[in-house]
Amino acid sequence: MADSVGAGEITRSIREASGPAVCAYVIAGYPTPESFPSVLESVARSADIVEIGVPFTDPMADGLTIQQASRVALSNGVTLEWIFELLEATDVAAPHLLMGYYNPFLAFGLDRLGRAMVHSRTSGLIVPDLPLEENGPLRKVLDSDVLALVQLVTPSTSLERLQRITNASAGFVYAVITSGVTGGKTHLPVEAPQYLDRVRAASPLPVLAGFGVRDRAQVTALAPHVDGVVVGSALIEAIDRGEDPGAFLDELRPAEVSA
Amino acid sequence: MTVTNSTLLDELVEGRPPVDGRFGPYGGRYVPETLMEILQRLETRAIELLADPKFRSELEAEQREFIGRPTPLTRAPALGERWGAEVFLKREDLCHTGAHKINNAIGQALIARRLGADRIVAETGAGQHGVATAAAAARIGLPCTIYMGAVDARRQKPNLERMRLLGADVVLVEAGDQTLRAAIDEAFRAWVADPEGTYYLLGSVVGPHPYPWMVREFQSVIGIEARAQFVESGLELPDVAVACVGGGSNAIGLFRGFIGDPGVELLGIEAAGHGGQDDPHSATLGFGSTGVLHGAMTPLLQDEHGQVLDTHSVAPGLDYPGVGPEHALLRDLGRARYESATDDQALEALDECSSLEGILPALESSHALAGAKRWASEHSDGRIVVGLSGRGDKDIQLLTGEVSHG
Repeated sequence: MADSVGAGEITRSIREASGPAVCAYVIAGYPTPESFPSVLESVARSADIVEIGVPFTDPMADGLTIQQASRVALSNGVTLEWIFELLEATDVAAPHLLMGYYNPFLAFGLDRLGRAMVHSRTSGLIVPDLPLEENGPLRKVLDSDVLALVQLVTPSTSLERLQRITNASAGFVYAVITSGVTGGKTHLPVEAPQYLDRVRAASPLPVLAGFGVRDRAQVTALAPHVDGVVVGSALIEAIDRGEDPGAFLDELRPAEVSA
Repeated sequence: MTVTNSTLLDELVEGRPPVDGRFGPYGGRYVPETLMEILQRLETRAIELLADPKFRSELEAEQREFIGRPTPLTRAPALGERWGAEVFLKREDLCHTGAHKINNAIGQALIARRLGADRIVAETGAGQHGVATAAAAARIGLPCTIYMGAVDARRQKPNLERMRLLGADVVLVEAGDQTLRAAIDEAFRAWVADPEGTYYLLGSVVGPHPYPWMVREFQSVIGIEARAQFVESGLELPDVAVACVGGGSNAIGLFRGFIGDPGVELLGIEAAGHGGQDDPHSATLGFGSTGVLHGAMTPLLQDEHGQVLDTHSVAPGLDYPGVGPEHALLRDLGRARYESATDDQALEALDECSSLEGILPALESSHALAGAKRWASEHSDGRIVVGLSGRGDKDIQLLTGEVSHG
């Protein structure tokens, strides 16, 4: 298990991965609150980082797969309190973060949030609807415990802004590869390598690519340009098909190149 | 009132674009990174254009020739007699396409054209904004896609057909609660997918900056015109200006004309739904708590975990769990007051206005009438201007029981 928590722990886990780091996104309490602990255990054994999605009623950056899974989790009564209780009682084998929209964190209370994260060994947050200009109050809370607030960049982010965002990020930089919502296109955009190289050149932190990463061919193609990938919708679809999520993640890793 | 509050009110009266998109603690820009630079560009261009005499004269020409402005200020003597007040109706129901929504739609469509957009997307609840957007897009020659909740599409079928006849591609949203809120979620997603070519024509004073300010600027013609009509007719200004509030665009537009007149009370009427203690409703300013939805920090109907609640109103245009950030500040500063009216009170007011005045108001506007009626019962011989934001033709099927309130 991850003994220490925080931004540095995430960065270390990504840097120490053999090959591109794999960050797994699962939705808390999905497919059911009872089965989720075994899903979490399985992905944490295979992944280098685990992102635990906090369900929200209005996930405006997400495609259908995550929208529907979020709705199921909400109807099963999943709340931030439930998530923190579970994490406090669980030895998660990889550093983990929470990913969710701002409103549930606000409603939980930003002051409480930092404490709950430390108690549950949660290393950071990704908040897709909280851009740099609005994240001051949350950063203040997380900075005092050296917890990560991971920033996102997109293909349309200008160079000047890219520099500011990557400097302000912690843990890693999340490079959204396609405009649009999660779980989209099946082909990588042709500009992806150039864009990712640009982000990496600007970023003092490791860069993970996400939004639309689905299979090993894509991971292999992305590998020279990133420090890792985030896999979300495709993993949830594998869970829906009844596959073992850890095995699905193992399959994503590029084959070892023997010397 | 503290110094800070009076400064905030002065700033509102002055009406300049809010710094950082903030109305006091409300507003801002809580959106995915993909949209940040797009919104910054939109803000810069909108500020330039709205100050540009050429753009303004183009806009005024469209207001006159396409929308049919100025809309009349109509005395309503029979309602006045019934209520014991002097009642004036600001007739946005006489705008082209039947509601105030076109004021904003044509304004933003002109901006979209200047920005070089390939297409327009918009959400709609009652269908009024969708129809207005479809008409404005046709007028300026851009294709448009309208997102409409499947529940709303069923209860406002005539508007669905009108949008299609006007050349819009209408996408029915089966996700989420299948009303206005889900339609906004979906329009945002379409925008995020193609932020460079798509112009998102948001229909109310909600969403990320610059929308709440920009939409207010396009709707302020309602109040500015109404005030001028009082003055030109040699009438004293009204004691109160009443308008319905869902997102709050027609209310902010009417209030704009009178915000600098301390003698004119500003009264917004939200939708109380069935009116029972535990029934779903849409009275955000009355019962909501501050949160973030659709890009803005604003009062929301949410549970203790920050999940957005399902709402209800007989009026689809008011059926929304958030509200414009400027209304929240007007409430906090005490400059405007917000009450609510139930479905039944709105229906009763609709009936009175129709049969006594020969004017069939929209269900949304009927909430304003119900609020005005209550105000009249609490003040003797007051003078009231009601924002009659739209006409009720779209509601015929609901009113005759052909479709349920959903």
